[in-house]
Amino acid sequence: MGDPLLRISGLTKAYPGVVANDDVSFDIGEAEVHALLGENGAGKSTLVKMIYGLVKPDKGGMTLRGAPFTPPEPRAARAAGVAMVFQHFSLFDALNVAENIALGMENPPKQRDLAARIREVSETYGLPLDPMKIVGDLSAGERQRVEIIRCLLQDPKLLIMDEPTSVLTPQEVEILFQTLRKLKAEGTSILYISHKLEEIRALCDTATILRLGKKVDTCTPAEKTARELATMMVGASFETPAKAARELGPVVLEVADLSMKAPTEFGTSLKNVSFQVKAGEVLGLGGVAGNGQDELILALSGERTGGTGKVMLKGRDLGQEGPVARRAAGLLTAPEERLGHAAAPDMSLTENAFLTAKTRKGMVKNGFLDWGKARGFAEEVIKAFDVRTPGTENAARSLSGGNLQKFVIGREVLQGPEVLVVNQPTWGVDAAAAAAIRQALLDLAAGGAAIVVISQDLDELMEVSDRFGALNEGRLSEIRPVDGLTVEQIGLMMGGAHDMEVAHVDG
Amino acid sequence: MDINPILLLAAIMVASTPILLAAIGELVVERAGVLNLGVEGMMITGAVCGFIVAHSTGSATVGFIGAAVGGALVSTLFAVMVIFLMTNQVATGLALTLFGVGLAALMGQSYVAEGQIIVPKAPIPGLSEIPVLGPILFRHDLVVYLSVALVVLVWLFLTRSRAGLILRAIGENAEAAHALGHPVRLVRFLAVMFGGACAGLGGAYVSLVRVPQWIDNITAGAGWIALAIVVFASWRPGRLIIGAYLFGGVTALQLNIQATGLAIPVEYLSMSPYIATIIVLVALSAGRAPGSLGKPFHASS
Repeated sequence: MGDPLLRISGLTKAYPGVVANDDVSFDIGEAEVHALLGENGAGKSTLVKMIYGLVKPDKGGMTLRGAPFTPPEPRAARAAGVAMVFQHFSLFDALNVAENIALGMENPPKQRDLAARIREVSETYGLPLDPMKIVGDLSAGERQRVEIIRCLLQDPKLLIMDEPTSVLTPQEVEILFQTLRKLKAEGTSILYISHKLEEIRALCDTATILRLGKKVDTCTPAEKTARELATMMVGASFETPAKAARELGPVVLEVADLSMKAPTEFGTSLKNVSFQVKAGEVLGLGGVAGNGQDELILALSGERTGGTGKVMLKGRDLGQEGPVARRAAGLLTAPEERLGHAAAPDMSLTENAFLTAKTRKGMVKNGFLDWGKARGFAEEVIKAFDVRTPGTENAARSLSGGNLQKFVIGREVLQGPEVLVVNQPTWGVDAAAAAAIRQALLDLAAGGAAIVVISQDLDELMEVSDRFGALNEGRLSEIRPVDGLTVEQIGLMMGGAHDMEVAHVDG
Repeated sequence: MDINPILLLAAIMVASTPILLAAIGELVVERAGVLNLGVEGMMITGAVCGFIVAHSTGSATVGFIGAAVGGALVSTLFAVMVIFLMTNQVATGLALTLFGVGLAALMGQSYVAEGQIIVPKAPIPGLSEIPVLGPILFRHDLVVYLSVALVVLVWLFLTRSRAGLILRAIGENAEAAHALGHPVRLVRFLAVMFGGACAGLGGAYVSLVRVPQWIDNITAGAGWIALAIVVFASWRPGRLIIGAYLFGGVTALQLNIQATGLAIPVEYLSMSPYIATIIVLVALSAGRAPGSLGKPFHASS
């Protein structure tokens, strides 16, 4: 064999205060599925941005089939046969599928010809898609198809996929894997970025592991256990959260027949959502992104009222109360978006602690703020949850994702809630911090609180929940005990299948 | 005194042209994701530049060209600050308006008493002889035709051309457009300059045709109306032309009613164009603002 498809040698990129990539070298062979594995902040994104011409390396170089490869911009990378499917920020909601695809091509054909080619490629690879649909109306899986087809129309030699499965149901993941295997069989190489170990073991031929910007190892993932890979990725072993046996108390939170119209054009309406959570219980709610998770947490936190149905806390209907009244009553929430929703990015940790804890922790006296108490509470959160920060007066924005998430969750947990609702508690958080957050939620439940975890990470839900339900187009599936639930059943629940079909699959 | 409907309708087209020109320029700017609140400032700079150039050269056509250049030049100030220095768009736009009004007053000081330069009418042969429609639509000066043509061209550009698609994409999601390798800053810069040139033309139409002489604060808020019409028209050229003509129409109509001496207080008549425009455009509006409108774009990500 001669030169590999892409050889990366000694790539280095430093940003002020942090070295994102430090002397990274590896090869991607022809028709190889190569995994790039690492935690958030390990430098995976910077590395692929350099390959795709979005970021220029400080040092080091690349060769593509033996020829020097230094794309000054994405256009040059695309011309050389490198295509990329982004995780975020690369589709235009207000434009239709064909327009979105045309924007990613160098010389797009006329709209009508392009639509025909989109149909052709989408059928060849089993990715059905209507070229004239507005992208804002598509599901997450369909949006990803738009990106993939945009790449495939350019006959790439190397396809980069950045965390492609985080928004998909298990069934959609299987379809995606089939497409990728077919591409590989046709000679296309794939650089597959993920931190999901089982996926990498199932799909990838080779894996390069990054930690803190440095290459740790290149290995064959099928020969390693998930545990070994995780240890290489994190650099140390960490405790897996343990579920303690718990006594379930009476029903604390009861949501009955909750319906609410979508807040925006591209939102999801909640339709007759009903569930109960007992004291000491963790209810996990899964589902593909955009099926009503954000709307549900807004309805539970009280940020949006005006729906029909009930939100009962210990028999008291809070359905028409705002967030302050709900917090006072013991219904606490921690939304998904850390910067901007769960925390005010430019305010200090003390101020952020004050924002949600002022009532329950008595930080207001005669209309005046008690900053001493607020600071004390922020310190308590930082200490109890091992939040790495120089102090309470640092802006929330200055914390890393994992540390801020620990702060945001810890702030609610330490207020001693009756009910805690969290959305995506460990999204974009490194594995050790994620384990700590999950353990804190389990401990809180063991202390007698009722907990609702909304998440798109099925492994997480299986780890912490006692019972599981799935949201689909704003409807909640039947809720089942987690013990004995199979991946197939979960997939059908997420896809909105009825009990009959589940039963059929069982048999 | 009676109102002659044909003359009235012809007057509407003239009254609407400055707003239409400024608004179509701002529409392109906002579709590219930049909110330029300095339309009034660019308009009045165009008005004074147009007046001065027309007087120095004796040619109204050269005057209009000068106005477009003047409007585009002040808009580059805004563009450099907002796009490259990443200043706040709202504050910078307001500053541009204040700056433009002051600059125009300064430049126009010695032109206050000057007379007008005749802008020749350009009736379209054949079409202008059609009864009723001819005098309403086809016996105007070239700038009126240009303004309508510009709306059509902008519509074609936005919906049919690749460059227009890229511009819309940048306005919708600048980060994504950047990730695909489209030149966000360049496109936004050019869009802002186009908006400045259009506003300048609109301003010159006020000082050379509508008024037509130089007085301080001559545009009298037309730039703000243009801004409002862009929003109420949901950023669509077709609705924009309805909004601009409606506003110009009610303005011309209420001036005629005032002249007939009807017993309606003048204040009510003066507010009527604003009220009518708001009511109609609110009833029509269904659209959504461009996704990244007004948000600064950092290329570092």
